[in-house]
Amino acid sequence: MYTAIITIELKKGMLDPEATAIRHALANLGFETGALSSARMFKIELEAQDKEAAQVTATEMCERLLANPVIHSYSVEVRE
Amino acid sequence: MRCAVLQFGGSNCDLDAVHVLRDVCGVETDLVWYKEGLQRKYDAIVIPGGFSYGDYLRAGAIATRTPVMKDVIRHAGEGGLVLGICNGAQIGAESGLVPGIFTTNAYPKFICEEVCLRVENVTTPFTSSYREGEVVRIPIAHKEGRYVAPPETLEMLNRENRVAFRFCNAEGEITPESNPNGAAENITGILGENGNVLMMMPHPERAAEAVLGSEDGKKIFNSMIAYVEKQ
Repeated sequence: MYTAIITIELKKGMLDPEATAIRHALANLGFETGALSSARMFKIELEAQDKEAAQVTATEMCERLLANPVIHSYSVEVRE
Repeated sequence: MRCAVLQFGGSNCDLDAVHVLRDVCGVETDLVWYKEGLQRKYDAIVIPGGFSYGDYLRAGAIATRTPVMKDVIRHAGEGGLVLGICNGAQIGAESGLVPGIFTTNAYPKFICEEVCLRVENVTTPFTSSYREGEVVRIPIAHKEGRYVAPPETLEMLNRENRVAFRFCNAEGEITPESNPNGAAENITGILGENGNVLMMMPHPERAAEAVLGSEDGKKIFNSMIAYVEKQ
């Protein structure tokens, strides 16, 4: 059994209204921050022949559902 | 003419669309639960608004991966009409029926209000009842309605005359102030490559009866009926 750690982010330069709102809320609490971005992480357990196969499957999940290529980039890390 | 209105878990404008088609426009219309698939040939399919699957992951992302959407894509490929409204437009964009994506509004709150739209192309099966440049009043109700597409896609849409509607002011001017959600180039209605698909964030079915304050949206359904009857 492998665990795929998938991170979905907005591509560089994409407007992230939620991150802007979060940054403002942090400022209201006295936390002055520089740029702030948010990302979404999925931990997915999956059976695969080997680590490489797990990587291929997890990447396909990103391509076919988890990310939208118009606005997202993604990264996949597979752990044993 | 026979029309299907799709119903997903979480659709909530499905019955409004059925009402307008059946009772206001007199079109034979079936409400189709997504698990049933398209059991017969339709002239037009409406993907209605709502919050299919709670907008989980991204608005429209889950509904897009249901088998009925393969039927819809096949229908569109054969030249059938497909109108996506609000969540239906998000599903249509996720499905690749039109390029780009509708994502979180620039100011990330839910906006529910009547807006002005300029009709940009009146040569389509959805807009032939309008005058070119006509300013119409149709409500929007969304939080994920900001149209985003790469510059080369926007250029292509403009070149191929595939923008049906843009947000505008009462005078029909396309301005930043009249763009409620930050959409690229104020775009809020996009045509598929063959013109038989329209994906739009505003709700024409909520502006199809005088008693509701505007009949401007009814012309979309009238146009579709005229198109099908001419075939």
